[in-house]
Amino acid sequence: MLKRIKIISLIFIFSSCNDTGIETYTTYSPTPLPLNIPQIFAENILPPINSIDNPQTEEGVLLGRELFFDTILSADDSQSCATCHSPENAFTDTDRFSDGIDGIVGNRNAMPLFNMAWNYDNNFFWDGRSFGLEEQALEPVIDPIEMHNTWSSAVLSLQNDLEYPQLFFDAFGTSTIDSVLVTKAISQFERTLISSNSRFDKHLLGEITLTPSELNGFNVFMDETKGDCFHCHGSQNNPLWTDNNFHNNGLDTTFLDLGLGKITGDPNDNGKFKSPSLRNLKFTAPFMHDGRFSTLDDVINHYSEGLVNSPTIDPLMKSVNDGGVQLSAADKIDLKAFLYSLSDDEFINNPNFQSPN
Amino acid sequence: MNPLKKIILLTITITFLGCDDKENDTIDPVASIGTITVDFNHYWGNEKVTSADFNITTFTNENNDIQTISKLKYLISNLTLHKANGESLKLNDYYLVDLAGLNSNTSITVSDVPVGNYSSVSFTFGFNEADNVEGAYLDLNSASWDWPTMLGGGYHFMQFEGKYGATGTENPYAYHMGTARVSTDVFEQNFFDVSINGFIMGEETSAEIKMDISEWFKNTYTWDLSLYDSPLMTNYDAQLLMNQNGQTVFSLGEIN
Repeated sequence: MLKRIKIISLIFIFSSCNDTGIETYTTYSPTPLPLNIPQIFAENILPPINSIDNPQTEEGVLLGRELFFDTILSADDSQSCATCHSPENAFTDTDRFSDGIDGIVGNRNAMPLFNMAWNYDNNFFWDGRSFGLEEQALEPVIDPIEMHNTWSSAVLSLQNDLEYPQLFFDAFGTSTIDSVLVTKAISQFERTLISSNSRFDKHLLGEITLTPSELNGFNVFMDETKGDCFHCHGSQNNPLWTDNNFHNNGLDTTFLDLGLGKITGDPNDNGKFKSPSLRNLKFTAPFMHDGRFSTLDDVINHYSEGLVNSPTIDPLMKSVNDGGVQLSAADKIDLKAFLYSLSDDEFINNPNFQSPN
Repeated sequence: MNPLKKIILLTITITFLGCDDKENDTIDPVASIGTITVDFNHYWGNEKVTSADFNITTFTNENNDIQTISKLKYLISNLTLHKANGESLKLNDYYLVDLAGLNSNTSITVSDVPVGNYSSVSFTFGFNEADNVEGAYLDLNSASWDWPTMLGGGYHFMQFEGKYGATGTENPYAYHMGTARVSTDVFEQNFFDVSINGFIMGEETSAEIKMDISEWFKNTYTWDLSLYDSPLMTNYDAQLLMNQNGQTVFSLGEIN
């Protein structure tokens, strides 16, 4: 109801504007576009987080998609969000560390982007430093090792563009662009990036039958005496395949990158990074927050034999003193087969998620 | 009694009933309802334990092992107040107590609870068989709280984790409790019912339910972490010992 009143008021205000000269703009009447919640999510997990002050609209998503794929946001017009978050890689890239516009690399692997409206704690980045997608989207544009722009310059470029002012009006009822509206639009597009059509999803819906290897791999995943992956990486009842929480998974004895600890200032959080979703691993190598593992075999071997101890290691890394959970060669093969069954070709090929131009 | 006396007495009674609502805490057994806050507080013996102790504070258990705590999260269900006359009032269906830092959940507030004298408080640790339905609770699924199907399914009752042993050579433990697997596809219910002392409920009452964490390692089985650290979910004997030791961990604390 309140929303309705707001929208009506905006229409009224802009109708008044029309009288005073801005004649090219018609009335502001965005079309609500609620997220399309997949059956597999609706039946198993809580509804997505909706941004109270950034409702999804067709016009907002369309604008967000334009912005996501447009190099206009970078200082030298050479990079877009999609440069490092490419649809074919489930919205990450294949580099260990992505290059910014100046060719400088950072120390983190670009995160894949999907199902972000179901990140209930709403903490983004490997270290959780941004609260909410809109806040997250403020950073890469001005990060000196990413797009290396300033928001005033990026906004000016958009304002001087022939098409963007109208698109912003359509989405938000104003053609006066600012960083807040840019990040709202990008976030609306990002929230539509929903991945729920993997082989395993279809298996859960009874549409296909998995191979014996995939099914045994799932058992390895769920077995506390074998993989014991489910405590942090979801299950058939939590098809996000992540807890979106922060853990030290036994990568290092000392930390060059403190991760969550740098954000909270608590030494007990040092070396903790967000559990990534296991969806779409087929497209998202390399792996870990620093992209140190180039293949999924490397990842499985890490948990099986490669764990190292450190003060903040998660107790769920129970076999750390033996180096890991010691999976058999056959179980490793099956576990990998299961993990790949969580990959979603329809997601990366969805025409709505490709560059609009 | 003459009629005048009767009227005076009645007036006095009415006056004092009127005062009850505003000024004193005596219980009006007839009318009033109140709000109760049930706080789950955690102790090691008599020492209070909060998330500020996580990873840092060391505790010595009954077996003389030195241990730390990094997670304490458990499910309770059917929290109910009982009166001596057999009446009862269920306060909630289930609650995931989590002694974490930012996202801690240790308190349940319920309004519209009749004031009066409650003789006992009961709840189930975990879910009883009827409630422990696999995948049935979306919030618990979202919290990754499920218990593997191969172990009987349903939900975890507790995730209690930390490390033990000398600094530098610590081993992790993961005291996870849920349905016990006897053998492949044969399972045994592993919840237990808790009944603790009652209290007098006023208009604004907070009741503390205490968990003495040390009891998990003490009574009646002296827990040996070197035998039972992790994995324990698949360990039938460990699951039964958790159930056995859990019976004495809860008690009624302060009432305000």
